[in-house]
Order: sequence, then C-alpha cells, then structure tokens
Amino acid sequence: MSSMSTMDDARRTPTASRLRTESLHAGYEGRPVLADLSIEIPDGSFTVILGPNACGKSTLLRSLVRLIRPTDGSVLLDGASVASIPTKQLARTVGLLPQSSQAPEGITVADLVSRGRHPHQSLLRRWSTDDEDAVARALADTGMTDLASRSVDELSGGQRQRAWIAMALAQQTPLLLLDEPTTFLDIAHQLEVLQLCTRLRRSGRTLVAVLHDLNQALRYATHIVAMRDGEILAQGTPEEVGTAELVERVYGVAARIIDDPETGRPLVIPKAPDPGT
Amino acid sequence: MTTTLHSRARTEARPEARPETRAETRGDTGNTGDGARTRLTARRRDLRTPIVTLVLTITALALAWWGLNSGTSQMTTADTLDALLGRADEGTARVILDWRLPRVVFTLLGGAALAMAGAVFQSMTRNPLGSPDVIGFSTGAYTGALVVAVAGTAGALATPLGAVAGGLGTGAAVYLLARRRGLNGGGLSGMRIIVVGIGVSILLGSVNTYLITTMDLEAAMSVATWGAGSVNDITWTHVVPLTLALAVLGPVMLAHAREMTLMEMGDDAAHGLGVRLERVRLVMFAAGILLVAVVTAAAGPIAFVALVAPQLALRLTRSGSVGLLPAAAMGAALLTGADLLARWEAVPADLPVGVVTLCLGGAYLVWLLTTMGRRTA
Repeated sequence: MSSMSTMDDARRTPTASRLRTESLHAGYEGRPVLADLSIEIPDGSFTVILGPNACGKSTLLRSLVRLIRPTDGSVLLDGASVASIPTKQLARTVGLLPQSSQAPEGITVADLVSRGRHPHQSLLRRWSTDDEDAVARALADTGMTDLASRSVDELSGGQRQRAWIAMALAQQTPLLLLDEPTTFLDIAHQLEVLQLCTRLRRSGRTLVAVLHDLNQALRYATHIVAMRDGEILAQGTPEEVGTAELVERVYGVAARIIDDPETGRPLVIPKAPDPGT
Repeated sequence: MTTTLHSRARTEARPEARPETRAETRGDTGNTGDGARTRLTARRRDLRTPIVTLVLTITALALAWWGLNSGTSQMTTADTLDALLGRADEGTARVILDWRLPRVVFTLLGGAALAMAGAVFQSMTRNPLGSPDVIGFSTGAYTGALVVAVAGTAGALATPLGAVAGGLGTGAAVYLLARRRGLNGGGLSGMRIIVVGIGVSILLGSVNTYLITTMDLEAAMSVATWGAGSVNDITWTHVVPLTLALAVLGPVMLAHAREMTLMEMGDDAAHGLGVRLERVRLVMFAAGILLVAVVTAAAGPIAFVALVAPQLALRLTRSGSVGLLPAAAMGAALLTGADLLARWEAVPADLPVGVVTLCLGGAYLVWLLTTMGRRTA
C-alpha cells in the first residue's frame, strides 16, 4: 500500500488532485455533450465550473460522481476509475448536492440531515454515536442547529438549501460537489451559501460547484474551470481566468474587467451597447 | 404526499414560500441539548410507526378471528378454539380448518402482499396513483390466465402460472417502455411508468374482453367470476405458494426499504448517498410484481387494496414516506375486513371480495383525484 501511494504521489502534478478526468467524453446517443475533457480538481480548492447555459457544466459535474457514464475516457478518483468504485464507497468520498431534490413531507431538518449518514451504515451497522456526532456537526457548520427539529417544509429557501447542504456534510466526504447551489436563492441567501463553501474549504474539504454568476465565482472560487460547447476554454485561478478576452470567448459578452473594490479580485462589468436611461 | 403528486420541477424543490405550509410543528420536544433533541426527534417518529403497525396488525387478527367464527353455520369462540387445537368434532373441524381458515389466512397474507407491492410502486413512482392495479399488472395477470383458458389448458396449476407469467410480462413491458434513454444512462420517471402503465392496461383490458368473447359460455362465466376477484374458493393449495412468496420476498423487500425511501428524494440525491438505483429498482419491481401475480393467480385481480392500503397507513403513521410494514398490516386488515363485508348476510350470497374492494377503492380514488386537483389548482 505505502509503495503504491508514494508512486501515486510522484506521478502527481505539483498541486495534488484526488479527482480528475482523462479525455472524458459523455453525452446522449449521437449527441456528444462533453468532448475530450481533461481536468484536475486541486485538493483543498473551491473549484467553480463556469460557462453559458447548455455548455455541459452539469454534465461534467454529474460525470464526476458517476451519475452519467462516460462514452469514452474516464473519471479517476485516487487513480481508480469511479466506474469501478462501489456506489456506497464512492458516497463516502464524494458528496453531492443535486440541482433538485425533494424532501419527504413533514420530515424534520435533523431527520433529513441524518439521511446523510446512509453511506456509513449497513444492515448490520445502524445508528451510532459517530453518526450522531456527524449530524450535530453538520447542523452546527451550516448554522442549522436551532432549526434541527423544524419541519423542512416550513423553512425559507435559503434555510432549506442549508439543510440539504448539511445532509451532504453529514456524509463527511473529503470532496463535495454542488450543482447550482445558489439558483433560486435571493442575493443574501446566495452569499450565505458561498460563504459557507469558503468556510468548508478552509476546514480542509475540496468543493466543486457549478455557478451561473461570474462575479460570485471570481470572488469566492480558488480555481475556475471555464467551459463552452462541451470544451474547456481555460482553467486556473480567478486572476488567470478573469480576463475580458476570456469572458468574450466563453459568453460572447464584451466586458471590462476592474479590480473588485472589496476583494481586489477581477470584477466583470459587461459593456452596455444600449444602456437603459 | 401532496408534494409527490407534482412533477419534480425545480421550483417545486426549493420554493421561496409554499402556500400550503403545514401549521403542525414537530419541534416541541423541549429545550434539551442539540444532540439530545436530534435523538428525541428521531425516537418520537420511530415510536409512532411501530405502534400504528401493531394496532393495525391486532385489528387484522381480530377481523380474521371474527371471520373464522361467522358464516352460514355460526361458531362460538369455544368451537373455533377447539377446532384450532384439534379438539373439535369432524364437522366443526372441516368448516373451520378446511373452509374458513385458508380463506382467512389468505386474506391476511394476500392483503399484506398487495399492500407491500402497492407501497413499493407508489414509492418508486413517487405518486399515490402508482399502484400495480392502476398500472396494469393485475390486468396483465388476468390476460395471462385468459390465454391459458383459451388455449384449453386451464387448470389448478396452469391458470396461476399463466397469471404470474402475464403479470411479469406486463411488468417487464411497462418497465422497458417507460425507460428513458439519455444522458443518465437510462432512468425511470414515475409519471412515465404510470402513463405507460395505464396505456398498457387499457390495451390489455380490450384483449381480455376479446378473449372472453371467444370462449364458450361456461368457460366465460368461470373466468369472469375469477376476474371479479374472489376468495370464495380459496383452499390451502392457494395459501402455500402465497406464504412461500411472502416468506422469501418480504425480507428481500424490507432489506431494500431504506434505500427505496432515500430514492423518494430524487435519483440524484439518492445516488449521492450511495444508493444503487438500478439494483433497488429492479429488485423492488420484480418482488412487487411477483407478489401481485401470486395473489392474482389464486384469487383473481383484487382491486384497489394495493392502491389504498399504503396511503391510509401513510396518513396514520404521519411519516414522510410509505412504510412497508404499516402498509402490510393495513392491507391485511382491509382485505380481511372487505371479505367479512362480502360474506355479510345482508348482501347477496357469494359476493366476490373484489367487488367490495372495488367499491371502497373507487370511492377513495375519486376522493384522491378531487383533492389532488384542488391542491394543484
């Protein structure tokens, strides 16, 4: 085992990545969505996948957790193809916050979050103090402790999203994938979720999220993957990716880049050919 | 269950505010520590379901006992007890042990089997309408039995086998037709199963009618009686296969029940939690169809128990998802109770139990559809 891991380490690029794709192809029959994608998710990063609608962002994210099987190429987790990893074992390493989920009617936050422990349980091994601790911690990390006994139906949109994130956190996976976690939330709740992501990254997790808001991605991400038409146009830090030229290429939008007065990171200001007066 | 009536639109998943917010709070467990509160919440929910299941089981057994005692020759409790303990005279023993007991055991087990199948299909389709009788498996089992009858091979063994083959064939057809080809590598949507199933059911219904018209009168009468769903002629030879099926399939279904519950949150969420979607789906579908087919083979298509029992149990347990055991207990009580009604002296002799469940179930279905319409409107 130890010789294996040192070999692995030697083969790795300077920034280690447990999760990466190798010339990944995916799509419908006869209609490829992803063509020859090779990306690496840097360990300990908050990686954001950006791109216009229908560019394959979600397809890529879903491929990473094997919700979509590649037509060619592979997704590798710790050097092994995710296709060969048992579903439950995969769920102990990579967590997923799906784009849409449905809470059973009347379920409490605590019970919902408890479901995140499923990958750690089996027919023989049911509920333990480890599970109890993980749930308590996930609730605390998302600021949901006080709402634990409330019904999920009664929560606001932002609280509900935090409850779902808490469920994924209770899985205690080193990697967490979030598919459009801020969609349908107002700006305050969006920021709440993104700040939570930053806190989680600082606590040592690796996060990958699909986001729509370019400036939020530039502000909160540590690594950005920019896509268009199923291909990667650029990957790198927000400073490397946040250029006027790239925004034009990715979205077809002419923009000016200024320094974000709050963070010093790039801030995209779209040019207005016909501004409202 | 109202949420499951809607399609899984994204707006449904995370609305900012829901008009039908439930007033009822479950959060009145006191100001204990957070960990303790979590445990309390779980324990409260965990207690309600077993209690409801226990009460329903006792009700079912009480109805069964009543069923053993009552009939054209009324027995006293002492008579029945004597017969069960092997101390009764030959006449009493025959009435109780050979005639009434298999019938009562069959309604108990058959009701449980139908309800478990219904719970599985409602859970997998995330829809209270997704029960095996609505989506054509009972009709398909009937078709199988009719084909056997038309082929002239009808008999004690051939008819049940035909019904099982018909039910399984219909199940496989619906499963394959409803499968989506696409990016997910094939998934199943609940609404597709229901719509495809209703289509297949209508098609098979007309096939059934055609097959009956080709038969001579006597045979047609015989299959029509079977087609109404009746336990009048149940003997121990019918009870044995059902018992075996339940003994094997019941534990298999219970072992997958937890994963099935997680799948109610959506395929993506369940996959993220490590649920093997296709495996759970296949096991649960196959087990559910087999249970329906075994009951149908013996008693004909008994309508609506599978549709109604899981939903009634769901409302009694007030849990977010359809539980297999409470549903089974409810199904046993329902079918045993329906058979008692069918045998009631006030109703015409030999009323098939299927007619009783059809009446009760039909009323329930109308109520369900009207309330569904109101909620979505």
